Amino acid sequence: MTRRLLADRVFVALTALAVVVIVGMLAVILGNIAIHGGERLSWSFLTAAPQVGMTEGGIFPAIFGTVLLVWLMTIFVVPLGVMVAIYFSEYAHRDSWLYRWTRQAVNNLAGVPSIVFGLFGLGFFVQFVGRGIDRALFEGELTYGQPAILWAALTMAVLTLPVVIVSVEEALRSVPQSYRDASAALGATRSQTIFRVVLPNAFPGVLTGGILAVSRGAGEVAPILFVGAAYFLPHLPTRLNDQFMELGYHIYVLTTQSPDVEATKPLLYATVLVLLLLTFLLNLTAIALRNRLRVRAAAER
Amino acid sequence: MSTATLELSSSAVSRDRRRRIDRLTQVWVYLSAAAAIVLILLIFVFVAREAIPIFVSAAVHEEVTLETLFLPQSYGTPEAPLPYVWQPVSQVPKYSLMPLFVGTLKVTLVAMLFAGPLAILAAIYTTEFAPRWLREVIKPVVELLAGIPSVVLGFFALIVLASWIQDVFGLDFRLNAINAGVGLGLAVIPIIYTLTEDALTAVPRRFRNASLALGATLWQTAWRVVLPGALPGVFAALVLGFGRAIGETMIVLMASGNAAITSWSFAEPVRTLSATIAAELAEVVFGSPHYHVLFFIGTLLFAVTFLLNWMGTLMVERLRRRLTGAAG
Repeated sequence: MTRRLLADRVFVALTALAVVVIVGMLAVILGNIAIHGGERLSWSFLTAAPQVGMTEGGIFPAIFGTVLLVWLMTIFVVPLGVMVAIYFSEYAHRDSWLYRWTRQAVNNLAGVPSIVFGLFGLGFFVQFVGRGIDRALFEGELTYGQPAILWAALTMAVLTLPVVIVSVEEALRSVPQSYRDASAALGATRSQTIFRVVLPNAFPGVLTGGILAVSRGAGEVAPILFVGAAYFLPHLPTRLNDQFMELGYHIYVLTTQSPDVEATKPLLYATVLVLLLLTFLLNLTAIALRNRLRVRAAAER
Repeated sequence: MSTATLELSSSAVSRDRRRRIDRLTQVWVYLSAAAAIVLILLIFVFVAREAIPIFVSAAVHEEVTLETLFLPQSYGTPEAPLPYVWQPVSQVPKYSLMPLFVGTLKVTLVAMLFAGPLAILAAIYTTEFAPRWLREVIKPVVELLAGIPSVVLGFFALIVLASWIQDVFGLDFRLNAINAGVGLGLAVIPIIYTLTEDALTAVPRRFRNASLALGATLWQTAWRVVLPGALPGVFAALVLGFGRAIGETMIVLMASGNAAITSWSFAEPVRTLSATIAAELAEVVFGSPHYHVLFFIGTLLFAVTFLLNWMGTLMVERLRRRLTGAAG
């Protein structure tokens, strides 16, 4: 009996140890980046352009590019994501072929490797759509048929689509059926019910989906490697077919292709810290919003 | 009388308009759903399209065929044969995918051996043993790990982790399969953990109660009742984690050393399929054989991860039906 209990304790402790190891690794990573990155982080670092071959100055163009990228991406992904989520939650018949195929497509979209999105962005948006626009509108002159922030944002929108759909769908489903019934009983049509009653009540979920997509989009580098990210540009992007600097891409290039790693290391650490803080703040906001939504849904059930 | 008719007809008109808007909205919603299907098809078509010349183009066949991609070639001398070489930029371009397959397999294996047990054990602790408040702490912490961008994990693996691992194991190379695998494992842990946790939670409470009532300890209940019940879900978690590991790019691109060597030593630098695309596509000539080979690799990655995801979701679906069926 005691031996059995002892073995029991040992095994339970082993599983607890796994948790400790995971949390410990996370703490080490965050601590290391916070300590080294904090040294160089300052207001001027965030607002100045890079100088002296990236060994001095700041990362403002990269921050600007990242924000512009995710902002454009949000404009494309949120409307489509919300509509697909409305289809799943409000219109779909569970056994229709459209439902099954759409569900399967969204699941698979979430599993496509990010580098494949990069190939897709190059092959479809840049070569096919971009070159097509050039042939039709610019007499073949290279205008949109090249890597650009517009194509990067569209590529990123396709990548983050499942994130938005999942989050919005959960929110739509958490709106009580009685709201829909009440609205219908007052004579509202289905679309009126959805857009004036259900969707406004699911707004925190739409916000959560948007934020999670932004966080994901800001952190992904592989999809934009070939569709518009640049290591250094003297000007900020102002047109849709401009190239742009981006935080994650900046980190990648600085880490792997810097001629003098030791000289750029402090700046590199600070850049990593900025990207990490950005994505964490976004994620924490999203988690908090979603928890509030879940608590409300549970209370009304 | 006449005003009444007017009101009646105007409300009929507005009802008509409302109905038309309702109809249009529905069409719009259905088109959006169809767009999701179209998008996944577009991805496949436009990646695969650039890989087709490998099969049909005579110009491409002068440099590379399916045989040179997969079968042993005689690149070396008779004394030192080099059957598998990836060297696309050289006098005689050599395109053997074997070093990349081996590299991908090695890194993924390390990642799964590192992340799998850790994530599954942690998930068991969270659902079976942890007090409620601790559970509410652990889950967001793991979500935080999932939120770290892969380029940051790659940076950490390259700058910090590589030196530690080299010192601990006394390795010759700073960047190797172990280092890249552990870095990759960090990205895979949250996936396996979350899906395993879902599967364990789905096992009905009364299974546990019955086991405990029969005198089993907490561990015996978790190990012999709950885990077997959730096994398809745990397996699905591993499959989906594996899919993520094969496709992940930035971590291996930064932390693996990127040498295309065909060797089974985990202490040597490796080059994976995904990292090869990332590292080479930017400098490749548009429409060259090399360009098409890189898209061919992309098509392979797409196909493999598509298959793994399909299997994974199928398993999760089956488990859900089995457990809810048992409860009903």
